[in-house]
Amino acid sequence: MTKKQLMKDPLNLVITGVGGQGNVMISLIIGNAFVRDGYIVTVGETYGASQRGGPVMSHMRISKETQYSPFIPDGCADIILGMEPVETLRMLGRYGNPRVITIINPRPIYSIDVTGGHAEYPDLDKLVEIVKELSAQTWIINATEEAQKMGSPMFANAILIGALIGSGVLPLDKKSVEPVLRETFPKEIEANLVAFNKGIKFVKS
Amino acid sequence: MANIEIDAPGTSQLFIGNEAIARGALEAGIGFAAAYPGTPSSEILGSLAQIAKKMNIYAEWSINEKVAMEAAAGASYAGIRSLAAMKQNGINVVSDFLANLVMSGTGKGGLVLVSCDDPSAISSSNEQDTRPIAKWLDIPLVEPGDFQEAKDMTKWLFDLAEELGTLCMLRSVTRIAHARGNVKLGELPNKQQKAYFEQIHDLKNVMPTRYIPIPSPVRHLFLHAKMDKALEKFESSLFNRYIGPDRADLLIITCGSCWLYSQDAIEALKLRDRVGILKLGTLWPLPEKFVMEHLNKSDKVLFVEEIDPFLERSVMELGGSFPPKAIRPTFYGKRSGHINAYGELNPDMVIKAVSTILGLTYKARDADYGKKAEAVAKSNVPERSMTFCAGCPHRATFWSIKNALKLDGHDGVVTGDIGCYSMALGPAGFFQVRTMHCMGAGVGVANGLGKLGQFGFNQPVLAVVGDSTFYHATIPALINGIYNQSNFILIILDNSATAMTGFQPHPGTGMTAMGEPTKVISMEALCRSLGARVEVCDPFDLNNTTAILLEMMAEGGGAKVAIMRRQCELVRAKKEKPPYKVRVDAERCIGEACGCDRLCTRIFLCPGLIWDKKTGKSKVDEVICNGCGVCVDVCPQGAIIKEAA
Ligand code: SF4
Ligand code: SF4
Repeated sequence: MTKKQLMKDPLNLVITGVGGQGNVMISLIIGNAFVRDGYIVTVGETYGASQRGGPVMSHMRISKETQYSPFIPDGCADIILGMEPVETLRMLGRYGNPRVITIINPRPIYSIDVTGGHAEYPDLDKLVEIVKELSAQTWIINATEEAQKMGSPMFANAILIGALIGSGVLPLDKKSVEPVLRETFPKEIEANLVAFNKGIKFVKS
Repeated sequence: MANIEIDAPGTSQLFIGNEAIARGALEAGIGFAAAYPGTPSSEILGSLAQIAKKMNIYAEWSINEKVAMEAAAGASYAGIRSLAAMKQNGINVVSDFLANLVMSGTGKGGLVLVSCDDPSAISSSNEQDTRPIAKWLDIPLVEPGDFQEAKDMTKWLFDLAEELGTLCMLRSVTRIAHARGNVKLGELPNKQQKAYFEQIHDLKNVMPTRYIPIPSPVRHLFLHAKMDKALEKFESSLFNRYIGPDRADLLIITCGSCWLYSQDAIEALKLRDRVGILKLGTLWPLPEKFVMEHLNKSDKVLFVEEIDPFLERSVMELGGSFPPKAIRPTFYGKRSGHINAYGELNPDMVIKAVSTILGLTYKARDADYGKKAEAVAKSNVPERSMTFCAGCPHRATFWSIKNALKLDGHDGVVTGDIGCYSMALGPAGFFQVRTMHCMGAGVGVANGLGKLGQFGFNQPVLAVVGDSTFYHATIPALINGIYNQSNFILIILDNSATAMTGFQPHPGTGMTAMGEPTKVISMEALCRSLGARVEVCDPFDLNNTTAILLEMMAEGGGAKVAIMRRQCELVRAKKEKPPYKVRVDAERCIGEACGCDRLCTRIFLCPGLIWDKKTGKSKVDEVICNGCGVCVDVCPQGAIIKEAA
């Protein structure tokens, strides 16, 4: 079997969500798996706001050639992993293009602007439709809902990583990611592996 | 944080720039590191502290940047390689010492200062370029252009600093410091270090060997000789290089993260054989010969750098030494308006500058798609303002401040400071804060306001600072207020951590950077010893906190202290389960219907509470709520119910 290749070099992956959801953790896990497989990876994150409810994004540039900058140029995302639906749309607006692939967790997190009545959160079904329209391919993964069933919304991260790996859009397989997961979650590894495998399954069904 | 100490030379690791710098320091055989936390610099000391015991080095969170730099100099004088790290504001705090240190010189151990700038002030109160201080004070300055260089340069800089006997500075920016990339590890040294402060007891020779800045003119002369030596090294440094054609339509001169943006831009525009990039790693003293050699590569030169036109001006100054008949290139950059002189840059901005100069059109994506995507995102994506975390004690404190000021009715003024609580300028803290500058400034400003009684000023003055800020920069201002009898209340938001920068310990926590228990420096004992009235409140007890603030305002007199003590919610949530299960009783909630006008979701604005438009009731979002129970006391209807979890 030949080893899978990057579908493009550099491959531009955006991970987006709301501060506190676990963006940085996902980008770290995926990034480390790539570096161990011999790739050159750059990850840029919006920090500062990361714990405090603001929009958060990680830009990952994966290459065999060179160290790219921590910013994906506008309109140049290849894959968007959206942990929150409007944040996914925010990213599509700036980085999307007709070839972009989206994986989306459709659980809204309301901003204080929405709660306070200064902004409107769009209808969820309509939102998901727009995301689909703007993407070449979309996977909808109810990660938060499934994670809550497992006892904590934090398992959503491992589910989404599973979905990303299971979708086959990255040249990474289970074997490259599992050891990194084990190092990241030494205590709750069993539950996180269950979540990870669930993600793989959801994306395939 | 990554394991920066792994002994695996030749392997590649994914490090943030700060970890790469820390690793470089380890590979250089550093013995001593000191810093005050400040985004984006904190992980340098943070990652060193984590492994300090194991690697037999010393690392500390100092009370402020000036002490950190002075302590590091002390170690250098005893022959230990040492490092101080700080954000741009720290450079301002330490500048007086730096101006003397360059004259006195350093000790036998190489001394390195790392300054992390925050273009666009993503996590800062101000935007500031610290490179000019190197020019101002004669400090050799380098800046890494990627993660590998962040490590390699740091290591190299220690050798240079030691050889020259002068402080050397490495500048980094947020997009190197906090971005991640590949770093190939080198060897870790295996040396025993011995510290000894060598003294010359023969008094006839005393002056030249003492670590003092006098006689200053002579020291200044020595310093210039050191800078000449640095220049010699910089001229042949491999951290400076040119990529591109022998003759280029455009030459980009750049440094730091802009080196990455420039490469991205050239790649996106497919201009590799038309545009050359001169990447500088050693910035000051400017390697003039090296730059001059490359200036004739093109008759158009574009400077791509963030914040100040440091390279632009320095290279233009060289113009004076051009031979009289030389062809002068046209310079583009901040002066010409092609590159912003404020805010951070990115690949798109460089693409735009290059396309404008060369008259190219660039299209990243299908135009129709672009229009549509932008339009639907614009009309459907709501704002997402930053706010305090669910269950944050600051929200509760500012709720009480707001209510106390209202009840007091004398239009009280709140002066603010730097930290998570800076968000109290906005809806997170109910727009209560009126001033914000540098660390500790709010208390200084309060000192002035509190002395205006003779001009008819009768507004209460509340100065809000964090616990870490209290130790860092507030104590002299508090003493001033007590001594000069200024009328203000110092409110210390004591959440037992330097929360904004990553929960570092400070003198009030009883814990050192290396995780060892130490004496707790009690802020209340300290303030009482100065003669101030001190009250300690639990901000979650809204009624009591409001009552105490009201009473202190009414009392007047000199400076007083109110300590709001509650652990940072993120620290608590990492250790324990939420104390309460909280829900809204839909029967009792009257939402928009009457006086409360949904007080909890419209005004109090904890993100754990959401508004269910369909039912017209408030609701707890169980994914976000941390179960602090404070909103229970906010609701006038008693509709929010807490049960022990
Ligand atoms: S929970 Fe209480 S404060 Fe909030 S809207 Fe309902 S009645 Fe008003
Ligand atoms: S109990 Fe209320 S105030 Fe506390 S976190 Fe939950 S929703 Fe926010």
